[in-house]
Amino acid sequence: MPEQRALHEPFHQPARQREADRLGMIVFLASEAMLFGGLFAAAMALRLLHPVEYVAASGHLKLWLGTANTAILLTSSLMAAVAVEAARSGSPRLAGWSLGSAIILALLFLGIKGYEYLGEYREGLVPGLANAHFGTRTQQLFMNFYFVSTGLHGVHVMVGIGLLGVSALSRAAREDRAAVLIGNAALYWHLVDIIWLFLYPTLYLPGVS
Amino acid sequence: MSDAALDIDRPDEEVEDISYLRAGHSLGSWFLTTDHKRIAILYLVSITFFFLIGGVAAALIRLDLLTPAGDLMTNEGYNRAFSLHGIIMVWFFLIPSIPNTIGNFIIPLMIGARDLAFPRLNLLSWYIYIVAGFITLAVVLGGGVDTGWTFYTPLSTMYANGMVVATVVAVFISGFSTILTGINFIVTIHKLRAPGMTWSRLPLFIWSHYAVSIIFVLATPVLAITLILVAAERLFGIGVFDPALGGDPLLFQHLFWFYSHPAVYIMVLPAMGVISELITSAAHKRIFGYWFVAIASIAIAVIGFLVWGHHMFVSGQSIYASAFFSFLSIAVAVPSAIKVYNWTATLYKGDIMIDAPLLFAMGFIGLFVAGGLTGLMLAMLAIDVHVHDTYFVVAHFHYIMVGGTVTAFFGALHYWWPKITGRLYNETLARIAAVVILVGFNLTFFPQFMLGYEGMPRRYHVYPPEFQLLQVFSSAGAALLAVGYAMPTFYLLWSLRRGPRAPANPWGATGLEWTTSSPPPKHNFTQQPVVVRGPYYYPLEHPASRANA
Amino acid sequence: MIRLVLVSAALMLLLAVTVVAAHLPLGPAKPWIAYGIAFAKATLILWFFMEMRSEGATARLAMVAAGVWLLMMLTLTAADYLTRSWIGG
Repeated sequence: MPEQRALHEPFHQPARQREADRLGMIVFLASEAMLFGGLFAAAMALRLLHPVEYVAASGHLKLWLGTANTAILLTSSLMAAVAVEAARSGSPRLAGWSLGSAIILALLFLGIKGYEYLGEYREGLVPGLANAHFGTRTQQLFMNFYFVSTGLHGVHVMVGIGLLGVSALSRAAREDRAAVLIGNAALYWHLVDIIWLFLYPTLYLPGVS
Repeated sequence: MSDAALDIDRPDEEVEDISYLRAGHSLGSWFLTTDHKRIAILYLVSITFFFLIGGVAAALIRLDLLTPAGDLMTNEGYNRAFSLHGIIMVWFFLIPSIPNTIGNFIIPLMIGARDLAFPRLNLLSWYIYIVAGFITLAVVLGGGVDTGWTFYTPLSTMYANGMVVATVVAVFISGFSTILTGINFIVTIHKLRAPGMTWSRLPLFIWSHYAVSIIFVLATPVLAITLILVAAERLFGIGVFDPALGGDPLLFQHLFWFYSHPAVYIMVLPAMGVISELITSAAHKRIFGYWFVAIASIAIAVIGFLVWGHHMFVSGQSIYASAFFSFLSIAVAVPSAIKVYNWTATLYKGDIMIDAPLLFAMGFIGLFVAGGLTGLMLAMLAIDVHVHDTYFVVAHFHYIMVGGTVTAFFGALHYWWPKITGRLYNETLARIAAVVILVGFNLTFFPQFMLGYEGMPRRYHVYPPEFQLLQVFSSAGAALLAVGYAMPTFYLLWSLRRGPRAPANPWGATGLEWTTSSPPPKHNFTQQPVVVRGPYYYPLEHPASRANA
Repeated sequence: MIRLVLVSAALMLLLAVTVVAAHLPLGPAKPWIAYGIAFAKATLILWFFMEMRSEGATARLAMVAAGVWLLMMLTLTAADYLTRSWIGG
């Protein structure tokens, strides 16, 4: 991304251009939040309609896997934030390493998610498959919702890995003292983290007794 | 690191005087352009095409309704015709109509910027729109869809036998185009205003586009997730909207209308911005109550999100929620009414120039008032129960969307045509077209209020014979309306070749867009404009201010 | 850098608190506590990691707007589901 530091149309001043790039990302994140907002509204409706069965269905998820993944994403977010500060203070090497560890943690998150899906497949909790069997119809509905919401979140994790990867591989981005690209990739990554922070009490915590 | 060296204004000599229309003639110079003005032209051509397709569907519907037996189409064919009409008109014409053509062209000019903040994103959003459009055309050729534009569950998820998933994907994709446009407008208005262009000096067209961008960004993603759930429901039966699994079909309506009610304001807010410009220009007067009109736009954008439940009064929604939604729906009429009063007060004692743009603007105000007042009726729980899903509702929203938005779109096209193309059109023909559209529109849709009030339900093509007279009136009006909409196509295109060249400011209007040449140079202004006073400054407020017309 | 690590420690602490709280017999308060802690974590991330503390008013407004709009959607949708059974069952 060699044009990161270059001034391009229609801007007159680099500072203003940087502010605009960042504001554009933040407004986009507001939009992303609303995308998942629809899912949270659906979860709320299902829980209000079936309070007891919803909680029971949630109990079949593995709390410790969800909790481990929360901790992993939080740490990954920290690494992204460190990368931004490192780039700003003129340490491109540290920025690169931090981005790299953020990516590794993100891959670990996906790996655990996959392991979790595998376990749910073995327990017959994946709707539509031959071995699927559910205690209640609400449990089937809950598992459907679980796969849609974690799946959509997973897609966002992959996009985030792509963005972090592009900024880690670009020397210009790492050496950019304004950290425009790294900053925007990190902003996106933090939002993916925040969405997970709300999926966690929506999916995993209700079933704990 | 070398910011300090770059931290000076660009030297002015690199700005060319050549008009944006002459800067490059190759196909690549159009299809790979990042110039907001050329992208606006690309949008203008594409939405006109979709307006034509949606119009053909409307013509089929009106032809079929001429006879009570519905002789022209099968039941299935009729369902597909009105679904196609709704889907294409809402997502491929009305929503992008004013923002992506006029807004795209005029916003940077009005605030004294060289382009939108993200020019490549702007081009990308056109390509996304075109991809979505092609999928929709494929759906049309592949047999269409019969769900109506609302995709209500369980009809769309369990019973409909058209190409529901493909249509949903098309609308989903077009949503990204909308979101990107919204982000672009918000950042542009925040970060690219010319020196001196403070928020209190922004033209009202900008305020209303800022408000609509808020809706673009915050409502469209909710539609996206809803459509994902509909597609997943239809493909995998996930059950979120399916009572058999404990889901709730009403949840679909909540999520859909959380987007689609604000979507009505997506259509009408830019139109309101246009009217503020047209009225002040024609009256040669400052707008009456600038801040009221500006804040009313923002208020509509916010309150518009709190009223969606009025679409669900007879759906089985809790009546307590319904009562609350009814109250909020009545509240949203307040900012709309403020605008109408202020436009009227602006005309009072104005030095009025009755040209085509003003005729369109006056038409807008009348039709918008009729549509708005019937909207108040529909917001009342007791009345809505009787007229819900009748032609009364159909007439009401056509008064807003067609009478309001399309009329304002034509008004805007006429008003800024000299700026966009550098040519003047035939004023007499334009005035005739404005009147034909106004008469044709009322003849089409006023009978539908009567039909609905007498109990004719929407979306049926077989009806009792006593409704035929009104249906025939409506179809006759539609024919007249089609003539009215076709007329501008001819005289506007003719003006491109034969029209006299337009001066920079043919209306004697204020606003930065009129200070640059017609058509504007590639980078909009030969010198960075500096703003020293508020908008709509007509110092004499008498005919002399028209001197350079 | 130190600040970021401290914030991260606070986030981990909140995660531990929410897991413990989930195991306590708190009855109907449970979801409120769980979402309250999620909100606290999100606020920390927004304020420090996403640097809202040094952003201008516009960026803050964009984030607050997303929150307010989500609240509008959830509240009014809940208004329907919570009151549907009040009459007529």
